[in-house]
Amino acid sequence: MFGLALAGCGLAMILALIRAAKGPTAFDRVLAVNAIGTIIILGVALHGFIMGRPEFVDISILYAVLNFIGTFAILKLFATGGLGDRGGNARITASSDRPEEG
Amino acid sequence: MSMDLFLPYLSGFSLAIGTLALVVGSLGLIRLPDVFSRIHAVGMMDTAGVGFIVLGMMIHEGFSLISVKLAAVAVFLFFTSPIATHAVAQVAHKSGFSPVATGAATSAKKVARKKPARAKAKASTKATPKAKTAGKAQTSKTVTVKKAAKKAPKKATKKSTGRKGDVS
Repeated sequence: MFGLALAGCGLAMILALIRAAKGPTAFDRVLAVNAIGTIIILGVALHGFIMGRPEFVDISILYAVLNFIGTFAILKLFATGGLGDRGGNARITASSDRPEEG
Repeated sequence: MSMDLFLPYLSGFSLAIGTLALVVGSLGLIRLPDVFSRIHAVGMMDTAGVGFIVLGMMIHEGFSLISVKLAAVAVFLFFTSPIATHAVAQVAHKSGFSPVATGAATSAKKVARKKPARAKAKASTKATPKAKTAGKAQTSKTVTVKKAAKKAPKKATKKSTGRKGDVS
């Protein structure tokens, strides 16, 4: 049953990869990459259960934290044009002409 | 004793429901037309899929430290994935996208450009039959039509500037 669930995770990841490849806007790609990260979290835990080493759940916890922080870093880069490392000049300026670029 | 026979079936059933939710959510991620509607599909993957698959693994494992770690993963994803999808929606809305499901990626600028053209067309269709009736009332009616034609583009420009103000 774990193998079947892992196969379903693979199918869902292929569909999300299609959306990430041909998403018309950058936000579609961010959303698809977030979904792929969620599927990978489940896939690592299921792989650990299949191989008889359930300690892989630690790696999936680590991946959950990294997925959350990575999504927020990409979104902050889109919204402010920087990651806020140059003092306080990170304002929303570069996003007014963003939608047509894709 | 019967509970021990029942638990593997419960685990498998929960894993099947979670896998179904993952596949249906990714199908929605492909088929839905807009960013704001694809967020719904991702939300279903992050709640139903993760919840049921982690529940199935917890039932299979029983009471142990692994089960506690799986519960930690489920709770973390339960709280962080709505925050991430809300942030995606907020940044997409601030950068000019509007949640109108008329096609793929309708932007706010195109809607603002279409509105004054429609107002002018309505004013011209109203003006022509009134001009044929003629008489003294013709001048006053044409004046009102002109006022309406003047008001409509102003409203459109105000709306467009308001959206630009949201962006900056």
